[in-house]
Amino acid sequence: MAYSFDFSSLLDYTPVLVDGVVTTIGLTAVSTVLGVALGIGGAAARTSTVKPLAVVVGAYVELIRNTPFLVQLFFIFFGLPSLGIRLAEWQAAVLAMVVNLGAYSTEIIRAGIDATPKGQIEAGASLGMTGPQIFRYVVLGPAMGKIWPALTSQIVIVMLGSSVCSQIAAEELSFAANFIQSRNFRPFEVYFLATALYLALAVALRWVLSLIGGRMFAKGVSRA
Amino acid sequence: MLEFTLWDILSNLLLAARWTVLLSLIAFVSGGVAGLLLLLARVSPLPPLRVAAKLFIEVFQGTPLLMQLFIVFFALPLIGIETSAWTAAAVGLTLFTAAYLAEIWRGCVEAVPKGQWEASASLAMTFAEQMRHVILPQALRIAVPPTVGFSVQVVKGTAVTSIIGFVEVTKAGTMITNATFQPFLVYGLVGLIYFALCYPLSLSAKALERKLNVAR
Repeated sequence: MAYSFDFSSLLDYTPVLVDGVVTTIGLTAVSTVLGVALGIGGAAARTSTVKPLAVVVGAYVELIRNTPFLVQLFFIFFGLPSLGIRLAEWQAAVLAMVVNLGAYSTEIIRAGIDATPKGQIEAGASLGMTGPQIFRYVVLGPAMGKIWPALTSQIVIVMLGSSVCSQIAAEELSFAANFIQSRNFRPFEVYFLATALYLALAVALRWVLSLIGGRMFAKGVSRA
Repeated sequence: MLEFTLWDILSNLLLAARWTVLLSLIAFVSGGVAGLLLLLARVSPLPPLRVAAKLFIEVFQGTPLLMQLFIVFFALPLIGIETSAWTAAAVGLTLFTAAYLAEIWRGCVEAVPKGQWEASASLAMTFAEQMRHVILPQALRIAVPPTVGFSVQVVKGTAVTSIIGFVEVTKAGTMITNATFQPFLVYGLVGLIYFALCYPLSLSAKALERKLNVAR
């Protein structure tokens, strides 16, 4: 018996899909801003001269990078309530994404900071700049420009990874797809469409981030 | 009510971790073979092959692993292949691994100086001979550290297969949590098991990279 495809039955569920896409975009936007901010702080701590701070951040980075995002998410959503920290689905999803992206971007931004020529830091010091001033005005900008392509890839990976947030009932795109296929019994069609939407989101996200990178770090962005 | 000791929980998780390891190995080996074929297509002199390989890689790198697994899970029966969570997980992860490895290796092939292609072409070597005797041996050397590094992503990717019902360590963790009501402990242990699997791989990738940089 040949299978006949039926994509038309998906039309009734357009609002559900739109909601899902919007939630995925929202989750990604919030966790990108917070995650990259955490990464900048983490990279500053990792390269700081305060040894204990650098060690703690190093442990955080390795712990997150060597465990699956799904397990981090379950630990936050199901595990933390034992400590009295109860989070809504979307809060747990954002927290997990921020913690995850924070670790990766710490490592990526640190690589950019390490690539700063020593002479520039000395030049800043000779102008009487303090450590934080040097970091803010001399080191950070060019470092972000250098690593922007790598950071872009990581943000796309986090956006795609957010699909597993459906497992804690955060109502994003995968959750919408699961919901629809449980109603119309057309799993292949639904997941095919959801996958196509993710692909479009990934392409769009890359484009937006390259625009932002070009605007913010115009002088430093390497043409990789 | 039944009481569960820490050892009960840990031993069951470790037993389930066997399937995580086995699935990782299958995905990495078969993904490596498929990735090599994909790489050959990606750098081949035939434009249609190149475009097809590029499209395959872009699609798999631009969509979530979870969606890839769902599609494999629901698409294989449509072409008459009976699917279990095992086959869907193995096929899905293989395709995912192949796409990423092919892209990593393409970078390594492109790092081989252009003169090497021209020199071997001027010796009248065919594409297959060029790859076999000139390009791949040189690309292989720089390909080892990132390939080992990517194996961490494969091990972590197996966690997602728990969602399509493959019982590995994450799924076992969920099942044990449902019985013991100790999510903090159980998911903490699950995380540590993944860390024990992945951290040595990360460290060796870093060590290999350092060694390569010294040699150059």
